[in-house]
Amino acid sequence: MMYRVEVQEKPGVFDAVGQGVKKDISDLGAYAVSGVRFVQVYLIEGGISEKDVRRISEDLLIDPVTQSYRIVNSPVSENKKRSKELVIEIAYNPGVMDPVEESTLKGIADLGLSGVTAVKTAKKYLIHGRISEAQLHTIAGKLLYNKLIQHIVRPLGRQAVRPTAEALGYDFKLITIDLLGTSDEGLLDISKKGQLFLNIHEMLRIKKYFKALGRNPTDCELETIAQTWSEHCYHKTFRGKINYTEAAKSSSRKVTRKIDNLLKSTIMKATKELGKPWCVSVFKDNAGIIRFDDKHNVCFKVETHNHPSALEPFGGANTGVGGVIRDCLGTGLGAKPILNTDVFCFGDPDLPFSQLPKGTLHPKRVMKGVVSGVRDYGNKMGIPTVNGSIHFHERFTGNPLVYCGTVGIMPKDKSFKQANTGDYIVVAGGRTGRDGIHGATFSSGELTHESETVSSGAVQIGNPIQEKKTMDVLLEARDRNLFSSITDCGAGGLSSAVGEMAAELGAEVYLEKVPLKYQGLTYTEMWISESQERMVMAVPKEKAQELLEAFKAENVEATIIGEFTGTKRLKLYYKGNNVCDIDMEFLHEGIPQLERKAEFSVLRHKEPKARCPKDLTGTLHKLLSHLDICSKEWVIRQYDHEVQGGSVLKPLTGILNDGPSDASICQPVLGSKKGVIVSNGINFRYSLIDPFWMAASVIDEALRQIIAVGGSLKEAAILDNFCWGNPDKPDRLGSLVRASYGCYMASKGFEVPFISGKDSLNNEFAVHGRSVSIPGTLLISAIAVMDDISKAITMYAKKPGNLVYIVGETFDEMGASHYFDLSGAIGNNVPKVNPAKARKIFDNLGRATAKGLISAMHDCSEGGLGVAAAEMAFSGGLGIELFLSEVPYKKPQADRNDFVLFSESNSRFIVEVEKKNQKKFEAQLKGLPFGLIGCVSERKTFRVYGLDNKICVNAEIGSLKKSWQQTLKW
Amino acid sequence: MAKIKVCVLRTAGTNCDKETAFAFAKVGAAAQLAHINSLVSRKNSLDGYSILAFPGGFSYGDDIAAGKILANELRCKLTDELKKFVSAGKLIIGICNGFQVLVKSGLLPGGNGLKQEVTLAVNDSAKFEDRWVYLKGQGARGKKQVKCVWARNLPEVIYLPVAHGEGKFITKDKAVLSRLKKNNQVVFLYCDPSGRKALYPQNPNGSVEGIAGICDETGRILGLMPHPERHVSFLQHPARKKNENSTESDGLIIFRNGVEYAQRYL
Repeated sequence: MMYRVEVQEKPGVFDAVGQGVKKDISDLGAYAVSGVRFVQVYLIEGGISEKDVRRISEDLLIDPVTQSYRIVNSPVSENKKRSKELVIEIAYNPGVMDPVEESTLKGIADLGLSGVTAVKTAKKYLIHGRISEAQLHTIAGKLLYNKLIQHIVRPLGRQAVRPTAEALGYDFKLITIDLLGTSDEGLLDISKKGQLFLNIHEMLRIKKYFKALGRNPTDCELETIAQTWSEHCYHKTFRGKINYTEAAKSSSRKVTRKIDNLLKSTIMKATKELGKPWCVSVFKDNAGIIRFDDKHNVCFKVETHNHPSALEPFGGANTGVGGVIRDCLGTGLGAKPILNTDVFCFGDPDLPFSQLPKGTLHPKRVMKGVVSGVRDYGNKMGIPTVNGSIHFHERFTGNPLVYCGTVGIMPKDKSFKQANTGDYIVVAGGRTGRDGIHGATFSSGELTHESETVSSGAVQIGNPIQEKKTMDVLLEARDRNLFSSITDCGAGGLSSAVGEMAAELGAEVYLEKVPLKYQGLTYTEMWISESQERMVMAVPKEKAQELLEAFKAENVEATIIGEFTGTKRLKLYYKGNNVCDIDMEFLHEGIPQLERKAEFSVLRHKEPKARCPKDLTGTLHKLLSHLDICSKEWVIRQYDHEVQGGSVLKPLTGILNDGPSDASICQPVLGSKKGVIVSNGINFRYSLIDPFWMAASVIDEALRQIIAVGGSLKEAAILDNFCWGNPDKPDRLGSLVRASYGCYMASKGFEVPFISGKDSLNNEFAVHGRSVSIPGTLLISAIAVMDDISKAITMYAKKPGNLVYIVGETFDEMGASHYFDLSGAIGNNVPKVNPAKARKIFDNLGRATAKGLISAMHDCSEGGLGVAAAEMAFSGGLGIELFLSEVPYKKPQADRNDFVLFSESNSRFIVEVEKKNQKKFEAQLKGLPFGLIGCVSERKTFRVYGLDNKICVNAEIGSLKKSWQQTLKW
Repeated sequence: MAKIKVCVLRTAGTNCDKETAFAFAKVGAAAQLAHINSLVSRKNSLDGYSILAFPGGFSYGDDIAAGKILANELRCKLTDELKKFVSAGKLIIGICNGFQVLVKSGLLPGGNGLKQEVTLAVNDSAKFEDRWVYLKGQGARGKKQVKCVWARNLPEVIYLPVAHGEGKFITKDKAVLSRLKKNNQVVFLYCDPSGRKALYPQNPNGSVEGIAGICDETGRILGLMPHPERHVSFLQHPARKKNENSTESDGLIIFRNGVEYAQRYL
């Protein structure tokens, strides 16, 4: 029997969800919708009576204070013509996990009712207004559902709760792929049709391997190799050979270099040469580990989840957060996540629908979905999301960037893992389904307008509570020494997790033991499925019982699926049938090294000719409203940034807690004085001119934010995250190489090592063969240990009469500045970095903070001095007066107020100092470039005197704040 | 003197358990985390505890509605133990998701069996929001008669963060609201910095009359949406300010009240 229960707010009760949808519809414009009511639908199936269903509804499904329910027989009826109320209902597609099902079943079981076999949910919207059925479907497509995971429920009478496909059993049949008798062309065809993303050299190597064995591979073997060798898992671009050519500036001479392993010759090289003793584990584990205090280490990892987020923003970002959290859980013997950081790049949220490329979602929808996905997963995991940034450019429309990072803490002695021969392989957490097949290989190719149909299997939504309860037990089991090694089950599924853990040992896995969400999966699907919320452990046999009981006690499934053998072979069985038997060495070392061509030449852009306006007040307003610069409060408030109780410096600060913090500080061990600072540097605009200086600039930015909040670089480390276009194209790869050299230079110069990193290539979106690459984008995430968190500095103006300094030199470096962007220009003078000089400034400001000489400090970046000082003023509710003639300024050309005020030169800070500290502060900075440029005033105006000492900006701080806040006030 | 024992109850999705235990420990209690399964299976019992805390989080994902499934589990599996605990004069505090659980299980406002008479609905903004809010407590210093034992000795206006998507306090009808007021069961109101009535965003969710926390008729069971465990040290304050009117951070006073009451009377 199937019952349908509809729950809605009682008449007169405010329907917040319905109101929210109504607002979203009116934001779309042009629809005459006067009201929306939301109805939650539950479909309950099983051998129960209607009386039972009434009890379930009354005790469990409704809130008796605000809601009522009805049991309805027919789901949706046709919308009547000219009806004032249209109905539309959205449900999940078959096979998509409905997170509400498990908990609702638990609630029903708690009521003492047995017999319910399935619960599904749907969302129904009653829409009032003068719109047509066709308009309704347009609205639904834009706002209410994503066809990859959901559908509009058709008025067809009763529907089965479970899709019939899932109910099918699975009859084993071994599948082999004929490689030995296949031509080169045929091999490529196999790769393409099977979504393996293997090139011809790789296919030939595989063919050779199996020829020596005298047999063809099974489908499972081929999939395992494809997954292991995928760009996503193996990073073959960074580990391959590159023939690099760089056009030297101002001459036709070309510099060529042969690079063998870009990663080892730039990023890892810097770390190795710096040899910091507090780096515990770098570039080895799922996250980089550094020392925190005498008892703990901290680890940090940042991942990308771009392609899934392009197709299904909520699910993509959701599982992106879930995945990077598992990276921390799978680092060493498991770290407790203490904070998340999220950085996004989107297309223009105001893009007219008519200009939206086919097969893409609207940037505003992508952004809202991504933010919701991060909010949902991070908040439910109980991990504060404390840091991030959001940037916009038209080239992200088809391919947004979603970076998710997590910091974890672990006892010192849990930082390393070692699986042993004879250990069981245990999988714990969520069950395995057909979701997320081919995620690893899919993310290694370009997106096209067909991706949404071809790769829809790669899209999933997460179940954070599953991961939370798995995490709770894991950390307890870690402390009871119940396992010897652990890793997460992410891209590539069990294939990747077991394959990596058993690389030195070999393993046997009995696939029929893998717990499934539903029947019907083939042995290969079980092996490569990327179902979320799973962890894999190596468990000594004598500990297995205790471990399994610990999981059971908190309703988490944990299952022995195999064991580590010591044969150095990967052997998989399904019900006694051998379905995979390959050498670990071939699997991990057999990939032919890629050899690629890379070319780079600095792009020349038109230099804008406009003169400096006399009055820059309007320009400052425009810059404050710029999408990259404006307030992100709408996003930040939706994240819980204080859970775990360790938040010291919050993402929003100021007298009204709405100003922009430069970095965040958390106290991972409650009661201790020690903290961790996290920050990020990102500015894809500079790569439009020169990725070398982009890399150096964003490293400078991430590090100066650490200084700005009162930290030091003594124990600071950075992570790289490269998002680039297709590396098969020499210009894309050339730009990537150039950025890597920038990383090496700046890391060495600042003496700050890289500890972990990740690359996501093939970020291109092709519509009918024409490919648009994202601008090469490097995110640098920084982490620093802070000895005394009570020394934290905030960015907002504190007291009238205090002095305002600029520290660091300002140059005519307007290239790719936001000021130029206001007129659509790029220019050429990209900001450069002198790390040795910058480090001196950073260290001395660090000492000034430690001595308590600084009242407020703000990082001078996007929008330059003008924006930074204005933010300090309105966040503190005080005025500031500035004199540009006092700014240390290197001028190659005529004096320009706009250049001094809006240049984005690196290594600069705006600092507020009390008069009584003036001498000590200036003495601390002796020999360094700084200028006393103004003071904080009681009058609530922001006033700037130009180089000619005439006023060039004069604005009420309230109006500046309004400009800054209005852009993304959704 | 033996330490007061506090049970911090956790289940799938609870996530403020550790910092809540830390807050209790900071005022001298012995706080233990206990999974609900251990109580339901009778491996553990509430008998040895003087205080029961329902911490914040997303119990069972807040599926169906916030706190609903855990509330249902309490009613179905632990009613007798809870009744025994309450009638022994012991203390309960529910914070955020814990408040939602207390309300949906009928433990608050109580006085009418375990019938649910009030709720915490979706915020008017329809969004989860994290922000610091000002609260006026019934226990402002100087006032002699304070019903809620958790709310004594507080400054006139206190400052705590909220972080929730479902915190809009509503009563079933006007009669319930007047009863709560008459019985002095309204413990905390959202207000502006000077203690006056507040609108959004200072009332972050649209709660009726700005109600942020209530107690039962005995004053021993408190539920509130703001997080006192997130303001037990000046380091957690947005401006890292020490309290001008008190030696302790606002949130910590609430925990100390509970533990001191238990020491004196239990």
